[in-house]
Amino acid sequence: MTMASASTPTVATPVAAHARIDTAGLAEKITLRNLEFFYGDSRALKGISMSLYANKATAFIGPSGCGKSTLLRVLNRMYDLYPGQRATGQVLFDGDNLLKDDQDINLLRARIGMVFQKPTPFPMTIYENVAFGIRLYEKLPKSELDGRVETALRRAAIWDEVKDKLNANGQSLSGGQQQRLCIARTVAVKPEVILFDEPCSALDPISTAKIEELIDELKKDYTIVIVTHNMQQAARVSDFTAFMYLGELVEFGATETLFTTPKDKRTQAYITGRFG
Amino acid sequence: MTDSSTNSSGVASANSPLYAGRRRRNAIAKGLALAATLFGLGWLVLILGILIYKGIGGLSLSVFTEMTPPPGAAGGLLNAIAGSLIITILAVAIGTPIGILAGTYLAEYGRHDKLSTVVRFINDILLSAPSIVIGLFIYEIMVAPMGHFSGWAGAVALAVIVIPVVVRTTEDMLTLVPDTLREAAASIGLPRAHMIVRIAYRAAQAGIVTGILLAVARISGETAPLLFTALNNQFWSMNMNAPMPSLPVVIFQFALSPYEEWQKLAWTGALLITVTVLALSILARSLTSPRKSS
Repeated sequence: MTMASASTPTVATPVAAHARIDTAGLAEKITLRNLEFFYGDSRALKGISMSLYANKATAFIGPSGCGKSTLLRVLNRMYDLYPGQRATGQVLFDGDNLLKDDQDINLLRARIGMVFQKPTPFPMTIYENVAFGIRLYEKLPKSELDGRVETALRRAAIWDEVKDKLNANGQSLSGGQQQRLCIARTVAVKPEVILFDEPCSALDPISTAKIEELIDELKKDYTIVIVTHNMQQAARVSDFTAFMYLGELVEFGATETLFTTPKDKRTQAYITGRFG
Repeated sequence: MTDSSTNSSGVASANSPLYAGRRRRNAIAKGLALAATLFGLGWLVLILGILIYKGIGGLSLSVFTEMTPPPGAAGGLLNAIAGSLIITILAVAIGTPIGILAGTYLAEYGRHDKLSTVVRFINDILLSAPSIVIGLFIYEIMVAPMGHFSGWAGAVALAVIVIPVVVRTTEDMLTLVPDTLREAAASIGLPRAHMIVRIAYRAAQAGIVTGILLAVARISGETAPLLFTALNNQFWSMNMNAPMPSLPVVIFQFALSPYEEWQKLAWTGALLITVTVLALSILARSLTSPRKSS
């Protein structure tokens, strides 16, 4: 029975079963139009169209290999680092296609920040980890820089833990602290969108709870996109959820609706734990 | 789990012939490995012992303050030590930047290029090229056209030995830097060149410095390439355009001579080089190990 629901090739309707979304009062921050993604010759994303709304958290869920991380990495063009990977279609960021050839990628990434699965503090002090990004874009006097670093660390809910050891190596912190330091580093650059790529999968439950709280808090100022393996997490932190399967966007809708009354059989099978 | 030899519930038993045979083979293998280790280490201890025994007697202040003497007279190694220092420093100054840049290309920019495979292959050949061949090569392209031996030629010959070592360690150390760190740097909008210099180099710092130190250790004992390039000089000479003395060449010459004073100085020189190389190796080791845990 488990097998059947996973492998039954439902005749693929390219259009995802969109639940009715009450879009009143929502601003589209990023709009995907017929996005396709290729690793060499293999197609990893198939005709994805959806909207990511401003100041909302959108979760991408789905079984391993469904393309959710790939989709996330298109949004800040992280795939550009690797030869042989390319995307077609449109990703409109404030109405501007960020897939266009003359897109300034570094500026784009300053506006769309990213937090990774494994905490990745730079090999430098805690202070420098945060100040580093700020200095890339702004020349500030020391006192102002100090203030910005503190604000960022406070935003990431880690200030109280590190304020007395700002000159300690960032890599000396615990995993959960490192992850929050990375969030501070991302926030310090003042992005508009923050992408989270399974930010808690390497953390213990307490650190996970802290990060989830933080994401909830960050929503006020940023548009959040989060990839997660954990459906409870998606249900807890996101306003919208996209369920992906085999490179397709199967269903997209308000999180509550998607988890309670899924439209697609595959979504239902996945959220009830029958595969993935 | 109780008395294993009589208990029928378990197959494992200390008295089973299979297990006893395995234990015996294990003991033999362990014994052989230990013997091989002792044999290898024995020679090292012997070499160090004889070096210290023969060299320490000649160690005095005059070694560091006087020039290499004419046969039959007393003297020191000052000019040779100074020459060695200058040639080595220059060789490292020439070889390190080239090596680091090439290693960076291999690890960062050209990781997927065909050219990298070729460069890596050639670099490996260069890494194990006999140093006398490198000496002859520099003789042909520098000494012969210039018409005389020179300190410059010596430094270039040693630089050719430094480059592949540094290329290799730089590439290896940069490859160890996780890609997630590169992505993290990119994710705040750091251009690639900055990422390499400010993040990747920093993460690989200890390893790269170790590579340079090992290169220094490697060239400080090289004799053959210097014989063809810097040659030697009995006197104090800071002229890079003229033949220049160096410790290995002086050792080579003095050790082969029939004069007792010269032979004694050769032992002392050998001890000096060995201690220097040993110190460099220990320094290199201490640089890499504690950093990893932090």
